[in-house]
Amino acid sequence: MAERLSNREGIKGMANPTRYGIERVAYWLQRLTGLGLLAYLIGHIFETSTIVHGKVAWDKMLEFTQTPQGHIILTLVIGMCVFHTANGIRVMLGHGGIGVGKPGQPEYPYKAASLNYKQRLCIWVSIGLAALAMMYGASVLFGD
Amino acid sequence: MAVVTAPKPSEELISIDKTLDQLNTITLRIARSNPAEGHETTYSEFKVPVKKWTTVLEAILYVKQNLDHAVAVRYSCRQASCGSCGMKINGKPSLACYTKVSELHSNVITVEPMNNFPIIRDLAVDFKQLISNHKKMKPFIIREDSEVTPESKEFIQTPQDVEKYLQFSYCIKCGLCNAACPTMATDTSFIGPQGLAQAYRYVADNRDKGKEDRLKIVDDSHGIWRCHFAGSCSHVCPKGVDPAMAIQLLRGYLLGFQK
Amino acid sequence: MRESIIMKIHYGTALGAVVLVAVHILMRMTQNFDQSLQYQNVIANYHFLPYALMLEAILILLSVHGFNGLRVILLELKQGSSYEKIVNYGSIASMAILIAYGSRTILMAGMGIS
Repeated sequence: MAERLSNREGIKGMANPTRYGIERVAYWLQRLTGLGLLAYLIGHIFETSTIVHGKVAWDKMLEFTQTPQGHIILTLVIGMCVFHTANGIRVMLGHGGIGVGKPGQPEYPYKAASLNYKQRLCIWVSIGLAALAMMYGASVLFGD
Repeated sequence: MAVVTAPKPSEELISIDKTLDQLNTITLRIARSNPAEGHETTYSEFKVPVKKWTTVLEAILYVKQNLDHAVAVRYSCRQASCGSCGMKINGKPSLACYTKVSELHSNVITVEPMNNFPIIRDLAVDFKQLISNHKKMKPFIIREDSEVTPESKEFIQTPQDVEKYLQFSYCIKCGLCNAACPTMATDTSFIGPQGLAQAYRYVADNRDKGKEDRLKIVDDSHGIWRCHFAGSCSHVCPKGVDPAMAIQLLRGYLLGFQK
Repeated sequence: MRESIIMKIHYGTALGAVVLVAVHILMRMTQNFDQSLQYQNVIANYHFLPYALMLEAILILLSVHGFNGLRVILLELKQGSSYEKIVNYGSIASMAILIAYGSRTILMAGMGIS
């Protein structure tokens, strides 16, 4: 009731990457990849813990994870990791006020200086690097 | 007696004028609700004649004047100066007086109240939280010698000093930035891009001495750190205030990048 | 703790993790990927003290960064003092549990206890 009265967009609105340009897509991807990487970290710590149970347990774990599905997940993790890192560095520098433009007299049609081509380029480069890393990762994992 | 007659327009100009003058009819869908009375949102559809220069606000006022007087809408200046007519137009927060029907490239236009603001009725929303967060930022020059005395001298600022905050002082408090912000979509305690940008407007003013006070206020679990530079606020700002830039520059002080 | 200090830790752990995770991945690349996962090779990694220390550092950095990121997302999703307390303390507890569990693996594998 309170939510309806406050007319908040809610999770649906927060997680909707459309409507506000590539910067909002990057925000959405950063969150999604962050959550994905945390899930992977927990899983990775759990899977590597099998080593304390000896060679048999370790080999059994490898048998379970070194499958085509496991490789697809690992390829996605590589992509998420590269995007989260590259875009994270962009966002971090932006948070310090670096690369967000300089204040000045706004002129019609009022293009925001903070949403400049450098920021957009960095986002596309992050996506491109993630795609390249995924391709390389897939070639290593599925190769031979 | 001399008679001044206007020069006859050329054929080409007459034809352009006729095209501009052509009436087109659009369907205007207006979200109707009255949460206080427990009424759920419904959409009323109206056929509205428009010209190339008709704004969405004019289309809504046409409905109010001719088709349904009960549509609730807040407006005043009709020239993007007062910040009253912010609403969601075809899903995007915009000023109704500043959005031409023709630029929406659609024969069906849906207008809804801005998100992240409580609805009063139909398109009118409550600005209490925005104004309260704005006030929390101490939107005034803070300094001990601000009282005017016979010995007072004017505060001298160079054009460069003014340029550091001028664009942020153009905020008309329309609330579009808060409606577009992804954090505001779920975080009811977040200060919001409007308030944070105004905090920077005063911090960047070299007459002001309240930087430390304001930085303390925004350095909160629902303060400046809940901005993730998604840029949606700057995307919708109708005055070129660029709240995203102001917030990042303000955060620069907290991170030690700015002095 | 002030939010600015927490977020400085968030950025610091991110930068540290980027460097160390890069080394961690490059170590996999020094040999064939399948070979690098062989039991003897992995155990040899754990027995090599600098590498084991680096794994411990990665574990701490990523746990702090990851659970603080989750805390930020959860704080933005819902508000209320008791909910926020649960989120804050819950994320600290999760960090501690993950670090303890991962450290146990590093310690036991490094010391050859199995």
